[in-house]
Amino acid sequence: MDLYEHQGKELFAKHGIPVPRGIVAETPAAARVAAESLGGDAVVKVQVQTGGRGKGGGVVLVDTPAEAEAAAERMLREGFQGRRVNRVLVEERLPIERELYAAILLDRSTGTDLAMVAAEGGVDIEELARERPEAIRRQHIDPEIGLHPYHLRRLTGGLPHELRDLVGNVLAGLYDVLTTEDATLVEVNPLVLLTDGRVLALDAKVTIDDNALFRHPEIEMLRSAFPIDPVEFRAREAGLQYVKLEGRVGIIGNGAGLVMSTLDLVHQAGADAANFLDVGGGASADAIATSLEVVLSDPAVRSVLVNIFGGITRCDVVARGMLEALERVTPTVPIVVRLDGTNAEEGRRILEEAAHPRIVPAATMLQAARVAAELANAEAA
Amino acid sequence: MAILVDEGTRVVVSGITGREGTFHALRNRAYGTQVVAGVTPGKAGQDVEGIPVFDTIADAVEATGANTSLIFVPPRFATEAIYEAADAELRLIVCITEGIPVRDMARVASYLRGKPSALVGPNCPGVISPGKANVGIIPGEICAPGRVGLVSRSGTLTYQIVYELTQRGIGQSTCVGMGGDPVHGVGFLEALEAFEADPETDLVVMIGEIGGDDEERAAAYVAERMRKPVVGYIAGFTAPPGKRMGHAGAIVTGSRGTAQAKAEALEAAGVRVGRTPTEVADLVAAALR
Repeated sequence: MDLYEHQGKELFAKHGIPVPRGIVAETPAAARVAAESLGGDAVVKVQVQTGGRGKGGGVVLVDTPAEAEAAAERMLREGFQGRRVNRVLVEERLPIERELYAAILLDRSTGTDLAMVAAEGGVDIEELARERPEAIRRQHIDPEIGLHPYHLRRLTGGLPHELRDLVGNVLAGLYDVLTTEDATLVEVNPLVLLTDGRVLALDAKVTIDDNALFRHPEIEMLRSAFPIDPVEFRAREAGLQYVKLEGRVGIIGNGAGLVMSTLDLVHQAGADAANFLDVGGGASADAIATSLEVVLSDPAVRSVLVNIFGGITRCDVVARGMLEALERVTPTVPIVVRLDGTNAEEGRRILEEAAHPRIVPAATMLQAARVAAELANAEAA
Repeated sequence: MAILVDEGTRVVVSGITGREGTFHALRNRAYGTQVVAGVTPGKAGQDVEGIPVFDTIADAVEATGANTSLIFVPPRFATEAIYEAADAELRLIVCITEGIPVRDMARVASYLRGKPSALVGPNCPGVISPGKANVGIIPGEICAPGRVGLVSRSGTLTYQIVYELTQRGIGQSTCVGMGGDPVHGVGFLEALEAFEADPETDLVVMIGEIGGDDEERAAAYVAERMRKPVVGYIAGFTAPPGKRMGHAGAIVTGSRGTAQAKAEALEAAGVRVGRTPTEVADLVAAALR
């Protein structure tokens, strides 16, 4: 789960990392009041779970509360890069001496934490890593021993002397966020040195491990701040793994790998998937029925592809779930069904006997993808 | 021979009295696997259709000579079961559990370094050596004994490809489901190394997906060390960056972990990469001819 900048900064502050004074605003009027209380001039920052805000017009320097109101009004109305925006962060404007970069992330290839510091900030760190890898200091931290002073000395050793302890303190705070809040990434870009000598986190990117949310109910609650698509909401409530995509073929499958592969095959066949939906292992008839309802409720969908390889999941249960859903909703698009694996014959027989006019059986995964793509393109034409 | 599991495998199932634990322990036993014990704290002395239950893995090992752990306990207790199995010095630990916090797994990985136990998983379907032993949830009936080794980050996608192989009359020495989590035990590297050394394996199929750099590192290994042919598949070419596709580990972050980059790395290392599961099976058939 990616946090909003202001949520990340609240975690930073809680763990002793200095951040600018800031106020969250959900209306243009609130942004005006916020700017007033910060002294008039301010920075208005769009709150979205994506990067590239600086370049994309999502960060605006304003000189007056009226300008803050106007900037917030535009951000809330226009959204950001196709995403809905429901809040902005209004922050004090600060005199910046120089910019730095600091981050700690769980490095999956070693299973240890990787801390990184660069003497330049506000940069695209991937680009910097490619072009001048020596500009980034890196240090792996084994979770077994935790963060030690030598790690910090190594990481800050390339910085001017007067900055080392200040940046070291920020890194210690970041490590604290990482370990106590179950984050997999904490990134500050830029970390700034002010003309008065203070070091502050001007931005905050924090990713929390979804698997660990059970022990962080207060972070789970932050989710309610995110604008959510009603279809995605319904899927999540039903415990389904659902991701909305841009195409026209609704996809239902069991197992993340199989579903990703199905998406790829549909693309190769000349159409694109409208969603990723994994019903999971051992899906019940009810889960299948809900999945079908969720996918059919997406107005972009022109055909549906159900691709099930039964392991623990039983194909007869899948077939019954589909018929159950078709009693509740009347589909206006064709539903291509491919069943293999556990009880596949029984599943196929159930669907055949029901002879539902919208169900199109397919013999293989490849054929199913081709037929679903063709039907979607025909329906859209 | 096969790798990881065979006729000598003696399984102790953690969480055997739970719904999934019972179902799969019995299914593995029915396949012919020696499922010799189960563990559920507080239920020592009971049995699950003749499989004795113990309070701890150490007790189970003493009484039954178990050498392999199979874990079905819920995410918040699963890492304890892994530590327990490692301390009992079991040679293989297969953790099926999905949803373990990744920082917990990082500590497990750190603890296991240098220890004799190999971990497969978590969030994986397990390991099967067809005709010999099935430790996990892979449906035995879609597999057939043979000489193709297979290692994969995915579950049902593995079944799809195994099924297509079996349909063409191509059997498998061992199928390893390494799991879809970002921090995991046995990976492509370890499996490729074991298959390369296994006299009963002639060719290896590796099935990857977006996220991380396991496939890229495997490609480097193949180029340097593998003499046996390798056929690959990567899922997730159409997955958008920044979206987690079901598996905790399946996410393109920035420009890292794309399917395109993985397929290119594998092809540059001489791995034949199929564009569909069907083409993977065709490539295997062609390579074996």
